[in-house]
Amino acid sequence: MKSVQVQYFALFRERAGMSHERVETDATTLLELFNQLQHRHGTADPHGHCKVALNDVMAEWQQPFADGDTVLFFPPVAGG
Amino acid sequence: MPADLNLLPRMAITAEAIDVASLREQLFDHAAGAFVSFEGWVRNENEGKSVTRLAYEVYRPLALSIGEQIIDQTLQHVGARAALAVHREGELELGGCAVWVGVVSKHRDEAFRATRQIIDRIKVELPIWKKEFYADGDSGWVNCERCAAHGHSHAELINPV
Repeated sequence: MKSVQVQYFALFRERAGMSHERVETDATTLLELFNQLQHRHGTADPHGHCKVALNDVMAEWQQPFADGDTVLFFPPVAGG
Repeated sequence: MPADLNLLPRMAITAEAIDVASLREQLFDHAAGAFVSFEGWVRNENEGKSVTRLAYEVYRPLALSIGEQIIDQTLQHVGARAALAVHREGELELGGCAVWVGVVSKHRDEAFRATRQIIDRIKVELPIWKKEFYADGDSGWVNCERCAAHGHSHAELINPV
């Protein structure tokens, strides 16, 4: 099991009722972790609209992560 | 082509009103013959709903680094001399300036193109979220609300605004 810090933003933060939490997980990719946390952020499939960052660097959904990492889940952005 | 103006950082996020005059002044450059700027304003309507105000949420560390990267790549690619961009966070009233982009270049074509590229990329690449508050008391995150619990096509979610 890995222990990671997960941060939620905007709609995800509101749905989760929190901005961050520590999560114990056996997920290997960021996509698996996202899916395990669906009860928090409420989104079934992040492809094509949601983004993920790992330790303040934009990441790919298939990317692995390590114990102690910080994972940021971004719902669809809308600047401007 | 490379600017001799020392403008770093060139991307900023602010919770205060954007000071357009001071930003323009920072770009003064005797080698530039063209200055183009873009302002995004808070509009009173979106997709048929009457909007009364907005709130922006920003993840600053990545918004700043990605914004810097966009400006850098655009200046290189287009060959403009210098650029600055600022995005608001927090609450804005109607008519408020939500985003400002300014570019100086030798000739106008580069300045127009670079301004367009920077604002287009800021809207889709920076971790910034817009919450609209409506006249009927409802509110919603732009581009998000249709991403309900169940997977469906998101092709229609690109915000053309």
